[in-house]
Formats: sequence, C-alpha cells, structure tokens
Amino acid sequence: MKHTAPGLVLRTAPFLKHPTDTPNLMRQVLLALLPVVVAAAAFFGMAAMLVVGASTLGALATEYAFGPSRNRGSTLHDGSALLSGILLGLTLPPSFPLWMAFLGGIVAIGLGKLVWGGLGQNLFNPALVGRAFLQAAFPTTITTWAPQGQGFLHLSSANLAAPLMQARVDTITAATPLGLMKFQHELTPLWSLLVGNSPGSIGETSSALLIVLGLWLAWRRTFDWRIPVAILVTVAVFAGILWIVNPETYPSPLFMLFSGGLLFGTLFMATDPVTSPMAPLGVWLFGVGIGVLVVLIRLWGGLPEGVMYAILLMNAATPLIDRVIQPRPFGRGKHNVLEGDAR
Amino acid sequence: MSLPGTAARFPSFRHGIHPAGHKESTAGLAIEHLPLFSHYLLPLGQHIGAPSVPVVSVGDGVIRGQLLAEPGGFVSTGLHAPVTGHVSHIGPRRHPNGHLVPAIEIRADPFADDRPPPPSPTHAAGMDLGDFVKFVQKGGMVGMGGAAFPTHVKYALPPGRRIRRLVVNGAECEPYLSADHRLMLERPEAILRGTAIVAEQLGVEAVYLGIEANKLDALDALERARCGFPDLDVLQLVPLAVKYPQGAEKMLIKAITGLVVPAGKLPLDVETVVNNVGTMAAIADLFDLGKPLLERVVTVAGSGVRRPANMLVPLGTSVRDVLEACGGISEDTSMVIMGGPMMGMPLASLDVPVLKGTSGIIALAAKDVRVSGTYGCVRCGRCLQACANFLNPSRLGRLAAVGRYQEMQKHYLMDCMECGACSYVCPSGIPLVQLFRMSKAEIRNREVAT
Repeated sequence: MKHTAPGLVLRTAPFLKHPTDTPNLMRQVLLALLPVVVAAAAFFGMAAMLVVGASTLGALATEYAFGPSRNRGSTLHDGSALLSGILLGLTLPPSFPLWMAFLGGIVAIGLGKLVWGGLGQNLFNPALVGRAFLQAAFPTTITTWAPQGQGFLHLSSANLAAPLMQARVDTITAATPLGLMKFQHELTPLWSLLVGNSPGSIGETSSALLIVLGLWLAWRRTFDWRIPVAILVTVAVFAGILWIVNPETYPSPLFMLFSGGLLFGTLFMATDPVTSPMAPLGVWLFGVGIGVLVVLIRLWGGLPEGVMYAILLMNAATPLIDRVIQPRPFGRGKHNVLEGDAR
Repeated sequence: MSLPGTAARFPSFRHGIHPAGHKESTAGLAIEHLPLFSHYLLPLGQHIGAPSVPVVSVGDGVIRGQLLAEPGGFVSTGLHAPVTGHVSHIGPRRHPNGHLVPAIEIRADPFADDRPPPPSPTHAAGMDLGDFVKFVQKGGMVGMGGAAFPTHVKYALPPGRRIRRLVVNGAECEPYLSADHRLMLERPEAILRGTAIVAEQLGVEAVYLGIEANKLDALDALERARCGFPDLDVLQLVPLAVKYPQGAEKMLIKAITGLVVPAGKLPLDVETVVNNVGTMAAIADLFDLGKPLLERVVTVAGSGVRRPANMLVPLGTSVRDVLEACGGISEDTSMVIMGGPMMGMPLASLDVPVLKGTSGIIALAAKDVRVSGTYGCVRCGRCLQACANFLNPSRLGRLAAVGRYQEMQKHYLMDCMECGACSYVCPSGIPLVQLFRMSKAEIRNREVAT
C-alpha cells in the first residue's frame, strides 16, 4: 500500500499564520518615516537628505560587510539596518559632516547590533548607539545647528568637510529651542514647535507631523502604544508639577513635550521592541523611567537635551525589568474561589 | 477579525488571537451522508489512554453497532462496527499520525440491510453513577471536540468530590470547522437531550452551553428546542466572544463562570465538567437509540477541496474516500490536515481513517501553505499578549533553542496547552509551540529514562 502521497507538505500545527512579519513591521516604520524625511527636506534642504543618506549608507555597508558570512547580504532584506541608518541620520544636525554621519552608521550597526549577534540580540537601540558615539567623538559638531530657510540647494561647508577633518564652524549657526531655554532662558513659541520651523536635528522639529505619524503607528499596532503614552504622560506630569511650583524657572509641560527630540525619540527609538521590555507592566515602568530621566537631564543636567541618554539608560535596565516582571501564568494566582459561581 | 467592541459585549478569557474564521464556505451546508465504501479501518487506540482490546477475530461477521473491542483499562473505551460486514484484518495499520498501530479492518457487506435498527433505549434515570460510567465507557464515548479524551472518566468522581456545573462546549473556535455549528442547528434536541441525561446523572446545579457569537443562529435553534426539555430550566445559553482558543476547557470555564482552574489541575477541581456538543448528541443516541459511537460529523473544507461539505462520516472511513465524495482535491493541494488548522495534524497519506476525534479534514492549496521567513526574535511581546495561559513564549523559545529544558519547566512550560497562538502571531516566524511540544516530549523521555 502506498503510504505517502507525493507533494503533501508535512509540517506541525499551527498551519495558519498572522500576515504581519518582521520585515513588514520594519516597512511600516519606514513608511511612517517617509513624511518625516520629506518635511526635513522642506525645512533644511538638500543637506538634510545627504546626511540621512550618508548614515544610511554606512549602516547598510556595515550590515553587508559584517553580517552573516554565509549568504552575505541576506539580512539586508529584513529592513532593520535601513531603518537604523535612517533613524540615526534623522537625529543629526543638518549641517553635520557627511563623513561623520557615514561613520555613525558604521558604529550603529557594527557596535550597536552586529557585535551583539544581529537582529533581536542587541541591548541598546543601534541608532542611538551610533548617535552616542558621535556625541562623544564630535561634541561640538553635533551641537552646531544650521538655521532653516537657506534654500534647498544650500550646503554648508561643514557638510563637505574632508574625512578625518574637523568641520570648520564658519556657517551661520542658530540655537535650538532647548538650547535657548537652557542657556538664554528664552522660550520658542509653541506654534513654531508644532510646525517645525525652528532649528534642531533633521527629523525632530515638526511635532504636529510626529504626533500624526505616532497615532498612525499605534493604530496599526506597529508598536506598543503603552511606551509613548507612558513617556509623554510622565514628562507632562513631572514637568507640569515643576512648572506649577515655579513657572519662572521651569518651562511649561507643553514646551517640554514638543521641543527637542522627545517626540521623535519616543515614537521611533523608545518603541524599538528589541530594546524595550515585553510584559505590559514592564513596558509601563520603562516608559515612566524614560520620562523621568528626560526631565532630570534637561532641567538639571549639563546638556540641553536628554532623550538619547534617557532611552539608552532604560535600554540597559530592560533585561532586569524583563527578569523581574513576568506574566503570572493562568491558574497560578491566589484568586481561586470555589464557593458558588463567580457570576 | 472581530469588530471593535465584541470582546467587551460577550464574555471571554484574557489574551488569545483572532485568526480569520474561514467558516463561510461550510457553515451554511447541511450535514450530508456518505455512500458505503468497501473498507473501514478502526485503530484500537483512537482515544487518549489504553487501546481497546478486540473481542472479534478475522473472518467474523459483524453487524453495524456490534462491539468490536472492549475497553482495555479504565481510561479506555469500547469500539464498535460502523457498518455491517466481516472482519478482514486485525493487525498493524497506518494511523493518521504516521505510526503503525494495531487496528481492526472491516470489509463492508454491500447487500446488508442499511435501515437503522429499531431503537433500543436504555433508561438513564434508574442507573446509579457507577453503571452510568460503565455504560458510557462501553458505548465508546470520547470527547468529540478533537482531543478524544474518554468521556466516562470525567463522570467517575473520586470519593468525596462532586460536580456542580456542567459546561457544554459549542465554541468551535478552530478556523474552518463548522461541524459543531451544523450539529447545533440540525440536532439541537439531541444535544439538549444528552445534556439533560448527563446533568441529571451528575446532579449538577448549573448547566451552561457556550457558543461563539459567530453562530448566534445555533443559539436560536437551541433556544427554540429547549421548550421540550422542562428539566433543563437551569440551562443558560451563553454567547461568547469570537476568539481563539475559546473552546479550550479552561478558557471556556473562565469565560462562562469566571472560575480559574488551577494550573496542572482539572475542571473537576473547580467542580465543573466540560463536554463537547457532539459528545452530548452521541450520549443522547446511546441512551435513546441504543446506538454507540459509530459516526461523527466532519467538516471537509479548505482551498484544496473541490466541494466543501459537512459530512456524517462512519468511523474508519478513509480520508481519501471522504475527499473523493467531496469532488476530490485540486491539483495544487499541498497539505491535508486532520482536525483544525491550529491544532490538527498533517497527513502524509490519504489512506488513513477518520477517527472519533476527527472534527475536520482541511485540504490547503499551495498558496495557503506559505512558508514565512524566520528571523531573530525582536522581543515584540506579541506572543505574551496571545498566550491564554499567560506564559512567556519568547523566553521559552529562547531556552528551547539551546535545550535548557529544566529552566523551561521553571518557566511553566508544562502549563502550555499547545494551542499555537504564539506561533500564529510571531512576526519573526519562530516555531514556538513546535519547540514547546518537542521540549515537552524530551522532558518526558528523560523522566522515563531515569
């Protein structure tokens, strides 16, 4: 008797699969970044495009060269290197030297992801590792901001600095809203923070656009909505209390929410599933931790902006959170009632 | 996908998934009968527990309903001739799971009288519980939702224990399947009759029948039929949220009564027994007609089936015969599943028999047997949100990949009911439940070895 029908696939249950896969999740985030990139082009011109391109190129080249040696380049298809490269570029100033952005891309993927073992294994958000490296290596350049509205084709000479050369800071520079607040006690109008026509990193300036994209991603369930909600509510509450106590010294919670990299970091970096906790309670803790750290660093730290370090610090705390906060298995609680029906 | 708000409107358990139902193709199709085929193959181990022991020999003539094999232990059931004919073989034959197992083969007599025999009812009312349990056991009753756990075992109470609630399972949460749905529409009286018999025997205080809200017509049919059962005034028909795995015993109890069965324990520990609607109808037939378990409703569906159907299939009918009665399978069929697509088993051959626990035969065309890529775990936590047992499949998967089975046990691997929700949602295509089944088998093997 014939026992196997040729062509029948043998696999074990379940035989159904939710259509969303990991590259698909990456594509959803990439799609959400598209309007950010377009807005950046409008605000900062071609220079911004080139910086994002350089960091992305660095990230992709590193993934290709140092990714799995068997089937080289295969991991490029999951889209995570592309995403990290673009994210890194969007956190840099528009007048950033291209070679530095390229180097940042290499570090983001090399030290931020591949040395850990590739996708899903890294402790820290790769794009932020790249940015932290650049911040440590080129502290002045990364805090030199070009003003907006210099025309699409404008490139500052810093952009084109030769590799391994320090950028000549001969461009017109401007202060970011957070810098103005911290060092000059001058507040940027809220309207300008929402629209985004104020100096800052390439992707972070338009709060209104970021809010819309964040809502879209949450609605698509691309990321865990709890993370942005926890961070933003914490910042608003913490900053709000300080503001109520002493409105002379401390900025309003709305200014805190809409200025700097808070929204961009919250929506695109903190929500990275790899480097955030898994259980819902852990996720809330993670978000609250970031919110508290952002306010602490911004108001009492030496730097005007603290989103990057806040996220990286909570990334470091994630394995601990995941170890301590586990879901409690069904039927292992203490709430079993035997007397009578519960309903 | 469920509409927003349905989960809030109907009771359910927490977590779980919403796979596409795929039930439209068969939900409207009345149960059909099959023609007589030449051979019927009855493996002796169709249920969980000890295999049945043959009481016939090769060459014996048997009539439909005659006992072929008696229970081989307490956790075992009787097995009966689904058709009239003679015993052509007793020995190893291919089980749907791929193993060679002892089985009885019946060659059908095409000239036999195929009219149903006159009913020979047994009155359950006068029986004591011990006789009732033996009668149900000999009648071959098993859970017909798919697990095929011998039904009588649930009724045999250890001393000092009692059952206060009977929960009848009409959830049918597996995609594609509509066999229970059709049974509830076409034979609501039989289901209620079986329910009444069991409820009276166990002396329960409350009876519930849970149905997923995508089958509200079945709820109506049962509601209309219940006026014939004044004894069942305690019965509550409960519409439930459409969510997988709503039909899992513990999830059903949670949804309907709010009670949580402790991990590693049975529904008995919350004084509850759960039976499938198909089992209830079979028990009604056993007592009212004197008909043991001979046949069952099987949903034949999937993109590879030419004519999807719900069929009343005599046990032992070969899958090939059933599929051919449904117009055969298309050229591009690349997978045939026995049971539902979430927990069923893949068939390597169509020449295997329909068993007592076979709720469906699903043939899928190549386009539906998509192999998704496998990526590293991105720790998205979707599996944690899917797991109705509140385990951490992501962590268990990482441990399984490196063979740390003892640590897996500490993370409650043994609580896993293998519903497959984790594998369904994993965007990285990690075969989580598959790893867990393998790990559990490995742990059991090591326990046996020591």
